[in-house]
Amino acid sequence: MLLKRKPILKLKELFIERLLFLFSFLSVFTTLGIIIILLFESFEFFKEVSILKFLTDTQWTPLFINKHFGILPLLCGTFLTTLIAICVALPVGLVSAVYLSEYASLKLRAIVKPIMEILAAIPTVVYGYFALLFVTPLLKKIIPSLSGFNALSSGIVMGIMIIPLISSLSEDAMRSVPMSLREGAYAVGSNRLQVSFRVVFPGALSGIISSIVLAISRAIGETMIVAIAAGQQPKLTLNPFVPIETITAYIVQVSLGDTPYGTLEYRTIFACGMTLFVITFILNTFSFKLKRHFLEAYE
Amino acid sequence: MVENIQKPIFKIQNLSAFYGAKEVLRKININILSNSVTAIIGPSGCGKSTFVRSLNRINDLILNFRVQGKIFYHNKNIYDKDVDVVELRRKVGMVFQKPNPFPKSIYENIAYGLKIHNFIKKEMIDEIVEKSLKKAALWDEVKDNLKQNALSLSGGQQQRLCIARALAIEPEVILLDEPCSAIDPISTAKIEELIYELKKNYTIIIVTHNMQQAARVSDYTAFFLSGELIEFGKTEEVFKAPKDRRTEDYITGRFG
Repeated sequence: MLLKRKPILKLKELFIERLLFLFSFLSVFTTLGIIIILLFESFEFFKEVSILKFLTDTQWTPLFINKHFGILPLLCGTFLTTLIAICVALPVGLVSAVYLSEYASLKLRAIVKPIMEILAAIPTVVYGYFALLFVTPLLKKIIPSLSGFNALSSGIVMGIMIIPLISSLSEDAMRSVPMSLREGAYAVGSNRLQVSFRVVFPGALSGIISSIVLAISRAIGETMIVAIAAGQQPKLTLNPFVPIETITAYIVQVSLGDTPYGTLEYRTIFACGMTLFVITFILNTFSFKLKRHFLEAYE
Repeated sequence: MVENIQKPIFKIQNLSAFYGAKEVLRKININILSNSVTAIIGPSGCGKSTFVRSLNRINDLILNFRVQGKIFYHNKNIYDKDVDVVELRRKVGMVFQKPNPFPKSIYENIAYGLKIHNFIKKEMIDEIVEKSLKKAALWDEVKDNLKQNALSLSGGQQQRLCIARALAIEPEVILLDEPCSAIDPISTAKIEELIYELKKNYTIIIVTHNMQQAARVSDYTAFFLSGELIEFGKTEEVFKAPKDRRTEDYITGRFG
């Protein structure tokens, strides 16, 4: 019969299908692999150090003779740098999002937005040295007691790095607020500021929050800047002027050092990695849910 | 033209409007009388929406939109440089084709227009919210759920909420841009009834695709075609004895 398919064609299609499947699941398998290794190595770690100790001990000295395995000082360092970064990025990012979405002309937006997004494309090692060699000396002129390595300058620079994340995603969220809502607001005699902040901003709120959460998650996971400019002293302090250490910076420190493979000290980095993974996973899930909620709102 | 018993609230002279290079209104001359209902009819794309959207300058929001000619509102050209557009829009309210309540509570939707402009006491706002909802014939349906999100209302209720929102700031004129095109017949009937009520205190300009609706609710009718005003007069006369052949063709359903 004329319509009968040649067997070779069927085989070819099957082959192509399998190939496509393989490629698309490559990243899924990789993720799974990472999670399994993280789980396995942290499991080994927590056989020797109790989770309770890990979460409550206030000292982190796995590389000293007197060993303590309390994650709190590292968490605190991560929290502090992230907090400073958000304090910088939130106002700047949101104000520029409002400006780009509600005030700027199409032409200006077409120029400014890509330039802002370039900020996100700068290698973070450059930011790290920018913090260490430019921002810290600058801040020292204002705060003479500032240490050479500190949470403040790395936090500020990290904030600059995540501005485009907040401004760009928030702007997208605000722009997708339907024009009809703006018209409704103008029609009852709003001025532009009122439309922006009382109608568009609340209307885009879930998208904006989702962008902020993503930015936080990015700041928590950021490594190079803090490894270079924040110091390597795990300290349970909220003082931004002294050297501290974040979870990520600790992982770098151990990975680059001569800690023997398979030891407890070596496994600390997996416990740290697991902690980071859990935090960012929760944040990303939260942000993803918000974003979906937001997409549904106007459909 | 129409005998001027009521005084004209809008005097429109040689109004042309453009989106970029495209001319959508050509030299419109028309007077809108106060405390009357004027219907604007015509086929899609004839410029009737653009016309009403020029009257409160809401079309300023559209890129590359511009007008020529003059629109006098109480003898002041609203396109003069020194016009306070915010004040104009508070006097000339608008209800859009698709209901567009804010994603806030029913109460907040109406209170919004009051809060942005003046410092008003909470009790005053409560009172105006109730009054506006009553005027828009929505009060009985929502009085127990004022905190409910406006988006949970039906389309017809949302549109009446938008009318209440427009009424809350006490405008003189209400522009209705095909207010019933996106809602069901029962809600449409309610809104038509409402227009009849509102006529006593407001000047109403309604764009409609629905000839029966124009005939039912309006005192005056303007027929637009391809950006031009073809005929304007008392609704009765326009529908019963149109002067222009094209008007007759349109209202008898020969095109459009």
